[in-house]
Amino acid sequence: MSLHTKSLAQLAAGLRAREFSSVELTRTLLERIEAHQEQLNALITVTAPSAMQAAAVADGVLARGGGGPLTGIPLVHKDIFCTEGVRTTCASRMLDNFVAPYDATVVAKLKAEGMIMLGKTNMDEFAMGSSNETSFYGPVRNPWNPQLVPGGSSGGSAAVVAARLAPFATATDTGGSIRQPAALCGVTGFKPTYGRVSRYGMIAFASSLDQGGTLTASAADAALVLRAMAGFDPRDSTSVDRAVPDYVAALELPLAGMKIGLLKEFFEKGLDPDNERCVRDALAVYEKLGATLVEVSLPNLGLSVPAYYVVAPAECSSNLARFDGVRFGHRAKEPKDLMDLYKRSRGEGFGAEVKRRIMTGTYVLSAGYYDAYYLKAQKVRRLIANEFDQAFAQVDVVMGPTTPTPAFELGSKTSDPITMYLNDIYTIGANLAGLPAMSIPCGFVQNLPVGLQLIGRHFAEERLLSAAHAYQRETDWHTRVPAGYE
Amino acid sequence: MKPEQISAIAHLARLSMDEAEIPRYQQSLASILSFVSDLERAQTQNVQPMAHPLPGLVQRMRPDLATETDAHERYQANAPQVAASLYLVPKVIE
Repeated sequence: MSLHTKSLAQLAAGLRAREFSSVELTRTLLERIEAHQEQLNALITVTAPSAMQAAAVADGVLARGGGGPLTGIPLVHKDIFCTEGVRTTCASRMLDNFVAPYDATVVAKLKAEGMIMLGKTNMDEFAMGSSNETSFYGPVRNPWNPQLVPGGSSGGSAAVVAARLAPFATATDTGGSIRQPAALCGVTGFKPTYGRVSRYGMIAFASSLDQGGTLTASAADAALVLRAMAGFDPRDSTSVDRAVPDYVAALELPLAGMKIGLLKEFFEKGLDPDNERCVRDALAVYEKLGATLVEVSLPNLGLSVPAYYVVAPAECSSNLARFDGVRFGHRAKEPKDLMDLYKRSRGEGFGAEVKRRIMTGTYVLSAGYYDAYYLKAQKVRRLIANEFDQAFAQVDVVMGPTTPTPAFELGSKTSDPITMYLNDIYTIGANLAGLPAMSIPCGFVQNLPVGLQLIGRHFAEERLLSAAHAYQRETDWHTRVPAGYE
Repeated sequence: MKPEQISAIAHLARLSMDEAEIPRYQQSLASILSFVSDLERAQTQNVQPMAHPLPGLVQRMRPDLATETDAHERYQANAPQVAASLYLVPKVIE
């Protein structure tokens, strides 16, 4: 088995048994990145020299019998996470020259585990997009077909893992930005409960929705890295002070007797029949494993996308106010006064979709409109969260499709924002309610991967990971690698 | 939405916008607002607005103590224009 297709547990065992070194592993993956970057455009920055240095250090630690289960294993970070001394762009012209002065907590934790950063991944600008086409650095291409999008906003992270350029990529999910690209690229994407993973140093988009998570080949890999990423952080005011369970040990939780809720609204109009077939086949596997399927309904779920496109732009317009051309980021040339400096720095620094969302957010928060839009959306958000609560009184996990269709063509949905927004129709609900959710590969339609979505109760990460792991022991969809990347 | 409204929102958002861009925003904002107007269908009398997704969490407070060391030089390395540890902007007071 080649180094690049090994699981994290296999890599850890191989490093410890001295079958290969971290330097060899890191070099192998850097060579793969070099070979495929032009085609995929999955990374914004490659940090080869520092990666090789860190790998040599990790080898020293391992040779002395030190380190943990992740020591010496390479990863990539979504370019939304601040990395000390390394350019952190959020895929925006605004931050093209920004070198982060500190590490995000997630970055620091994984560094402390001895993981090796290979680079920073491409994404939609400020994580606003569902196709990776809003990046200042150009779109990422889907490893399964270069004419297609990888999904977004964590498109670069998903493409890197799908193409086996790294075994693990960090990512963030505000409305589906981990799960939707995971589905379109055929990898495992995990969004933990809101507050489970620190947001410190993760450039804010919509603070009541943003959550960091993982893209890996399998649920077992996700459990290993999530155990290292999760936990209370006093530097994040919404971080939850709650012990982190051993997610790896939890993988073996028995599945028999588990009640799975099929969300009626997920299987209504708009779902591609071939996608539906793959999802139903996956549900049949769960039945065979001893789970029971129960239909549940969330009557207001259809309003999740409209509620999101009020709440998220409102919070984004506030969060992105910090980019003013004064302390960091792009500054317009020869401003005639302070107002001109603000306006032109922002007008030039932000791309079209980011500006559209700032404009929408500014409008819905402006005097006279607050009650009609923002307050109303917050109330609808409560209704949807309550309906999820009621569903979870009956079932352990809710399942359904991650996306309505497989990956779509580059440029095919960029003309109308609503068409693009509807890509996240199945994923946004979990963000509004703060629930943990994941997407796992469950089949193919015309050689394109399809994702099965699992949503759990607050802090039911163990239940989700074990359910996904049970499925991945029965199937091999998650081990499929796109042609040309084997 | 009228062009003046678009310009007014752009001003509130501190975004420069040339005349040619305005129709594009008129169109996309109209379509987004019409899309989100679906929210009116929901019955929300007596529903508490939800600002935070986790039930029962309260804003955490910390003691008012200095915890950071002075790192302004490191932070200001990213600034477009600095002099004597101050951020420079165009003259505000005549």
